[in-house]
Amino acid sequence: MQASDRFNINSQLEHLQAKYVGTGHADLTRFEWAVNIQRDSYASYVGHYPMLAYFAIAENESIIGRERYNFMQKMLLPCGLPPEREDD
Amino acid sequence: MDDEIQKTQEERKKMEQQLASMNTVTFDTEFYSSNKFEGYEKSIPVNDDDDTFDTENEVARKMASFTAPKQFFKEVPRGAGEDDEPSGFNKPSKIIDREDDYRRRRLNRVISPERNDPFLDKTPGPEVRTYADVMREEALKRQKEELMKEIAKKKKEEQEKAADKKEEVEKPAQKRRNRWDQSQDEGGAKKAKAGSDWDQPDSTPGIGRWDATPTPGRVGDATPSVKKNRWDETPTPGRVADSDATPAGGATPGATPAGMSWDATPKLAGLATPTPKRQRSRWDETPATMGSATPMSGATPGAAYTPGVTPVGGVELATPTPGAINLRGPVTPEQYNLMRWEKDIEERNRPLTDEELDSMFPQEGYKILDPPASYVPIRTPARKLLATPTPIGTPLYSIPEENRGQQFDVPKEMPGGLPFMKPEDYQYFGSLLNEEDEEELSPDEQKERKIMKLLLKVKNGTPPQRKTALRQLTDKAREFGAGPLFNRILPLLMQPTLEDQERHLLVKVIDRVLYKLDELVRPYVHKILVVIEPLLIDEDYYARVEGREIISNLSKAAGLATMIAAMRPDIDNIDEYVRNTTARAFSVVASALGIPALLPFLKAVCQSKKSWQARHTGIKIVQQIAILIGCAVLPHLRSLVEIIEHGLNDENQKVRTITALSLAALAEAAAPYGIESFDSVLKPLWKGIRSHRGKVLAAFLKAIGFIIPLMDAVYASYYTKEVMVVLIREFQSPDEEMKKIVLKVVKQCVSTEGVEPDYIRQDILPEFFRNFWVRRMALDRRNYKQLVETTVEIANKVGVADIVGRIVEDLKDESEPYRRMVMETIEKVVANLGASDIDSRLEELLIDGILYAFQEQTSDDANVMLNGFGAVVNALGQRVKPYLPQICGTIKWRLNNKSAKVRQQAADLISRIAVVMKQCGEEQLMGHLGVVLYEYLGEEYPEVLGSILGALKAIVNVIGMTKMTPPIKDLLPRLTPILKNRHEKVQENCIDLVGRIADRGAEFVPAREWMRICFELLEMLKAHKKGIRRATVNTFGYIAKAIGPQDVLATLLNNLKVQERQNRVCTTVAIAIVAETCSPFTVLPALMNEYRVPELNVQNGVLKSLSFLFEYIGEMGKDYIYAVTPLLEDALMDRDLVHRQTAASAVKHMALGVAGLGCEDALVHLLNYVWPNIFETSPHVINAVMEAIEGMRVALGAAVVLNYCLQGLFHPARKVREVYWKIYNSLYIGAQDALVASYPILEDDENNVYSRPELNMFI
Repeated sequence: MQASDRFNINSQLEHLQAKYVGTGHADLTRFEWAVNIQRDSYASYVGHYPMLAYFAIAENESIIGRERYNFMQKMLLPCGLPPEREDD
Repeated sequence: MDDEIQKTQEERKKMEQQLASMNTVTFDTEFYSSNKFEGYEKSIPVNDDDDTFDTENEVARKMASFTAPKQFFKEVPRGAGEDDEPSGFNKPSKIIDREDDYRRRRLNRVISPERNDPFLDKTPGPEVRTYADVMREEALKRQKEELMKEIAKKKKEEQEKAADKKEEVEKPAQKRRNRWDQSQDEGGAKKAKAGSDWDQPDSTPGIGRWDATPTPGRVGDATPSVKKNRWDETPTPGRVADSDATPAGGATPGATPAGMSWDATPKLAGLATPTPKRQRSRWDETPATMGSATPMSGATPGAAYTPGVTPVGGVELATPTPGAINLRGPVTPEQYNLMRWEKDIEERNRPLTDEELDSMFPQEGYKILDPPASYVPIRTPARKLLATPTPIGTPLYSIPEENRGQQFDVPKEMPGGLPFMKPEDYQYFGSLLNEEDEEELSPDEQKERKIMKLLLKVKNGTPPQRKTALRQLTDKAREFGAGPLFNRILPLLMQPTLEDQERHLLVKVIDRVLYKLDELVRPYVHKILVVIEPLLIDEDYYARVEGREIISNLSKAAGLATMIAAMRPDIDNIDEYVRNTTARAFSVVASALGIPALLPFLKAVCQSKKSWQARHTGIKIVQQIAILIGCAVLPHLRSLVEIIEHGLNDENQKVRTITALSLAALAEAAAPYGIESFDSVLKPLWKGIRSHRGKVLAAFLKAIGFIIPLMDAVYASYYTKEVMVVLIREFQSPDEEMKKIVLKVVKQCVSTEGVEPDYIRQDILPEFFRNFWVRRMALDRRNYKQLVETTVEIANKVGVADIVGRIVEDLKDESEPYRRMVMETIEKVVANLGASDIDSRLEELLIDGILYAFQEQTSDDANVMLNGFGAVVNALGQRVKPYLPQICGTIKWRLNNKSAKVRQQAADLISRIAVVMKQCGEEQLMGHLGVVLYEYLGEEYPEVLGSILGALKAIVNVIGMTKMTPPIKDLLPRLTPILKNRHEKVQENCIDLVGRIADRGAEFVPAREWMRICFELLEMLKAHKKGIRRATVNTFGYIAKAIGPQDVLATLLNNLKVQERQNRVCTTVAIAIVAETCSPFTVLPALMNEYRVPELNVQNGVLKSLSFLFEYIGEMGKDYIYAVTPLLEDALMDRDLVHRQTAASAVKHMALGVAGLGCEDALVHLLNYVWPNIFETSPHVINAVMEAIEGMRVALGAAVVLNYCLQGLFHPARKVREVYWKIYNSLYIGAQDALVASYPILEDDENNVYSRPELNMFI
């Protein structure tokens, strides 16, 4: 760890990851990052009612129930199954 | 050697006498009885007002102890042995030195062997101690205890009978008187325990009259033999030496079991000379050997039997051998010194060897006789070892051979970089000194050695050593195993010479290790508790917190079942100390694992039929729970009350008392809710206060006092009236503790809603004032405080006039403490309720009284008189007008007083009443006072001068610059030299005054004078106190505003060249403030011009000024950002790190100031200069850079910064990726939601979907 890291939140990377799931690190794979992006996106859609309404109209679904439910379901495995790890 | 000792001894005696003579001057013997233990807390409060230590309290307590010097001097921990003279260094404090008798009982406990872990899937072998074993042992112990009690009782009876008979024969008439004396004595002994013991019913076992059962601790005392001082019970090393002087003692040393490491040293107390030790103050001695070497236990088994002290080591020995002291090990430095002397003496007096004799005597003419048959050579191994072989054949003297290995008492250099060892550490870490080959040791021994090394490093090492050692211990905890670890750590914690810091470190080790070991600690739970529980009653707040933390972690690691199994046997332990600490520990367990989990167990314990101790402890656990977790008891209130309610009718008095106290604690914790839970106990409590007396009554009253505030108004009123009868009766109780409780209950009742003022006025006040407002109450700090609080509470109900009217006459009382108490009460009452109720007659009396009290005071450290005066005058407001001339006369007279304190106080009073004087329109008088104060500016005591300046400031503030006399133009030049004064109080007041004048009346003073002041102010930037520096910097702003920024700025810019960093920093702040007050455009050109000076400090100063400047001006920055951008460009490209760092922080402030104001172009430009610095490694630089980027995130939006980031997130070089992810993380934390819109588009691959189709939707 660098000396400079001692003073900021990055000093406790483990803690940081635990608190903010979406944060990354140097060994993050493309897949993991994409999963975070997808989840953040869905969380954001669900969190902003106007966005939800917009998507619902576009998809012709009910706003409050169906569309929100769909998004939350998609958060489970947003990018499909993780790829096989090459190194182990 | 002996002479030396004698000399030290005499010196010390002289010193002690001196101290003693000082004592007699400083305190009134009428008030403090000569018993020096008075006021000592002999036990831990159970109903703890003190459990919630507020700092104020703490300070007050410390002050109080200064006024009782005898106690204080006795308590000052003396260094051991010869280094008694004050050396000028504070030695780290040993825990044991500040512990009282009761707390020291922790040393009597034994670290019990580990117990079976029932959760392991195996049957415990016979060698493992199971729960059943422990319970059986406890029962045995109790039986033994009871038997002993019986024996003692019988003996006592017999002796009494004998004595009675004798008395009857000799002086039948005297008998009654004797009884009298005896009870008086007992009363005295009771008193020695002072108030504290009172509300702590079950504290130290004593034969107080309240005790139903004669508690064992006093059995020895109870025998009518010579009254034994309790201090005698502890066999101190010196005493053992005494006993050794008897011939019997001399013969014993051989009997010491050999093999103990301490046998290697000569026996301890065999001094042939009359030991100086005998004279020593008992305070000097560490009761290290308490219990183990009780010399009398062998001799008089019955009378001296000390219960609760588990016999260890030497107790069973027939004669107390001095060696026995060491059996248990702990060696105080004291003993160590003793041993050293002794070694020296023995070496000189050792018997001559045959060789020596041969060399002394001629070879012929003498015959060597055979020793008589009865002669047995001394076989003390200790002596054998000492027989140093002397070189043969050198008559009388030989040049001693140089011995490099000799140690000359210098601690041996530690092998392998270990930290030093203190003498008392040898016992634990001695084996580290054996330089054996590590490879030859068995793995277990190696492990042990490793643990010891690490522990020694933690205990005595330097901070870095400590840190690494602690980490290693934590990391390898499971590898080392619970057993070896705790077997090493826990004895260390029992070491009697342990210091606070060491204990803290060791406790920390346990905490860390616990976390790692988890369920492996189970067999060691009790061991750990024995060591940790004492922390719960430590007087140090942090120690208590630490103790709680450990126990709560322990209970989480071991689980409820194990905790209960470990602590259950202690619940009815015969020793009160053990029960007390166990109750506290249980409350911690309850708060850690939840009360519901513990309820069934508590219920069972509280109903225990077997012993009252168990019930007592169970109920006490409930009390401790209430104290510990406060309002969180509410959900379980009803069940907790149900569990303990039957205790109110218990057959044992102590149980009844603790039950009432627990109810009080529960009610206090639950207030103001939960009255319905107490329904069931109201009736028994009610009956109780009518049938009980004394201590139990006090506890019952306390419970009711805490329950009444929870009631509805109607009920509260009814119950208050009911209880008041008893309370008023108890007003007269001579008992201090009863008084305190009564006061507290009155306070609670009176403040309750339904109680009518009229009722209070008629029924309570007369008795209350008659009994409590007496001089004696002012002498005890706790009484004083409680009385003031209660009276203030009553005043809140009945109004100012009633209360003040009753006590105002007492302001002229002849006792000063009493006057002070009156004054404090009046101050608080008036400050709370104002003075509108006070009629003109009372007003007259009040002012008169206050003036009297103010003038007559001899010492006022707490400023009670001053505050009272100020409060009353401010409350009366304009009504003081008629008295002002008189008050000012007093002040003027006192300003001229010889005593500096009086002058200071007079000046302080002016600053408090200045506002009121203005209200009364007494400007002329104030002007006059101003002139008087001005004349006193030559004051030489800095404290007084500071107060005078403060008074002047107060006057200037209220009457304004124009009306001020002396005129400002005269006043200010007089202040300029005072600015040079280095005293903080003077500086602060002076700079405040000068700043005030600069702010409001700068025009009265010529510009040149202000410039002169500017130069003085530069010096003040060095002040240590931040307030002074801040006032100075602000004053620069005012002056600059008054005389224009140019000259001030020139001065400040020149000051950037000075070497001192703090000075430069303050200068930059001042520049920024000048810029803020006089608009940036007046300053920026000169400032930017200064950047061209090719000097690091100046350039950095300029950049720093810019940074502060933009911080201060905020949004105004948008007008200047384009002007300074080229300068910042240059700075951000500079070779010097500090340039870039400071420029980055300027950019940050700039960005934050202009966010949303349309300066994005300049900001992006600056970001391009900042960005390359992200790979810097110096902490300050990288911090500044990161903050600048954060600022950019705010000003430019997360999307822009993300785009900068994306280049490096998946860079092939790991170092690069790390930095970029760091930036990404802080970006993500700051603006997670905003990033959603700007994430890059990722293409799907064959298995996974990465695209986000929703974002492409379009209606």
